[in-house]
Amino acid sequence: MFPKPIERSSPAAQLLYKAAVPVALFLWLLPLIGVAMTSVRPASDLAQGNYFGIPSYLAFGNYVEIFTQSNIGWYMVNSFKVTIPTVIGAVAISCMTGFALAVYRFKSNLLLFFMFVAGNFVPFQILMVPVRDLTLQLGVYNTWYGLAMFHIAFQTGFCTLFMRNFIRALPYELIEAARVEGVSEWRIFAYIVVPLMRPAIAALAVLVFTFIWNDFFWATVLTTSAETQPVTAGLSSLNGQWIAQWHLVSAGSILAAVPPVLMFFLMQRHFIAGLTLGATKG
Amino acid sequence: MSITRTAPLPPTTVRTSFWRKNQRRLAPRLFLAPGVILFAIYVIWPIFDSLRLSLYDWDGLGEKTWLGFDNYVELFDDEAFYTSLKNNVIWLVLYLLAIPAGLAIAIFLNQTIPGMRLYKSLFFFPFVISQVVVGLMFSWFYAPGFGLFYGLIEAITGTGIAVLADERYVTYGIIAAGLWPQIAYVMILYLTGLNNVSPDQIEAARLDGAKGFRMLWHVILPQLAPATFIAVVVTVIGALRSFDLVSIMTDGGPYGTSRVLSFYMYEQALSEYGYRMGYGAAIAVILFAIMMVFISGFIWKMWREETEH
Repeated sequence: MFPKPIERSSPAAQLLYKAAVPVALFLWLLPLIGVAMTSVRPASDLAQGNYFGIPSYLAFGNYVEIFTQSNIGWYMVNSFKVTIPTVIGAVAISCMTGFALAVYRFKSNLLLFFMFVAGNFVPFQILMVPVRDLTLQLGVYNTWYGLAMFHIAFQTGFCTLFMRNFIRALPYELIEAARVEGVSEWRIFAYIVVPLMRPAIAALAVLVFTFIWNDFFWATVLTTSAETQPVTAGLSSLNGQWIAQWHLVSAGSILAAVPPVLMFFLMQRHFIAGLTLGATKG
Repeated sequence: MSITRTAPLPPTTVRTSFWRKNQRRLAPRLFLAPGVILFAIYVIWPIFDSLRLSLYDWDGLGEKTWLGFDNYVELFDDEAFYTSLKNNVIWLVLYLLAIPAGLAIAIFLNQTIPGMRLYKSLFFFPFVISQVVVGLMFSWFYAPGFGLFYGLIEAITGTGIAVLADERYVTYGIIAAGLWPQIAYVMILYLTGLNNVSPDQIEAARLDGAKGFRMLWHVILPQLAPATFIAVVVTVIGALRSFDLVSIMTDGGPYGTSRVLSFYMYEQALSEYGYRMGYGAAIAVILFAIMMVFISGFIWKMWREETEH
């Protein structure tokens, strides 16, 4: 263990450490705590200058108000409509590409692999004009599926990198043995490899969910109206409408943060395993 | 297995045997087809199309007019372009602070006291939240008059600073907001790395009298190299991709002083004053060229590792 385990220090140092961690956490999350507090603060408190004190009462009405006064409900629905198909599409496609690149030897294998890896790093702006134009030409501009199609394609890059490295680490003898038995390639994929990929599928599903839910750039480029915009883009336009109504902006922000935060807490192990792939020896 | 028994039905024999003979060769192509086609259409082709478009004047709808390198010539005299480029450099340099900061927090948290798992996840929180929400949180934090940060500065120096309205501080204010989730990400990379550091080597080094910073530098950091590599990759890419925070927190202001290339490109290509797709594409090409320097470095390193074994 590095640093030295705290249990080996004096009792005083241990006590100090146990007190320091929550204090550090409080300071670290101060912007979040502040906004969460503001989201349940009645508007009257803000008007009277009570920004940081104890709210005079817990105004959960702010959350009701954002639903009745704005399209935030629709924005949330739109976010799900874009995010869920993207997760399914990108994970399904990358299971196949990852399998192909991990299991078969052919000439362009590494080249294709690095095409996916490199494409995954490019700045979005170099894609923006052609992708927007293509989306218009296909007649899917300003629709949730137009946005989802692009996301599926782009996420395939990262997901392929992930899946390919994961399958590479599986015992290759399993596949060899199945081939000797005469099992077809498709069945090897569907019945032998895919079941072993469950942890990778779970990790990618949470990661892609978070990435797509939080996407703002493509949401503003490919959607324009309240009927189609996801919550990130919606929040940005609401921020323009709700000038100085911080209790509403805060409630909207917290609401938009809930799904990825829940996803993270429910699938924490997979999430971190996915994010830190390759951070240890690999 | 059952397939060997069900396969030889007369009408399908010919097809099956062709498939049988060639499936090892055909299977990878079929498995790759959907991914490669989608990726080629939405990612690879647009890169080349942007390169081409940067040589035209185009409003996104009408005829394209050939300009040659005029868009790039115009960039050379564009004050706003230099501001954006300068800010991108500041972003890149300061963003790298996420690496030592993330390492410091990871070391601080790498203990086993009750509830540590929960503490670690809560420290990681900022990364899970959308940058739009992070931007709104920090806007509130900096808000002149009542923002926490504003109040703090006011209490210390006597006059508050409206960070996001002040040309001198605005970019630093936005970068601080960006560092918050980035540090959380780097922290989690290092926590995983620290978990896998070999205990034998640490004990051996301890017996040799190494501790504290010397231990970190000579024993721990070399073992954390894979985590550091990923941290550098994601931090550099994150710094150059910065768009959301600038757009949410200042919309490039005040007077365009917080623009970065990604934001300026968007502004030019889809601005309310008319669409300049060609000029926007030229800005994107410059940003792409800067990023390619880093991307080729990463790819080169990964390529070497792949071909070694």
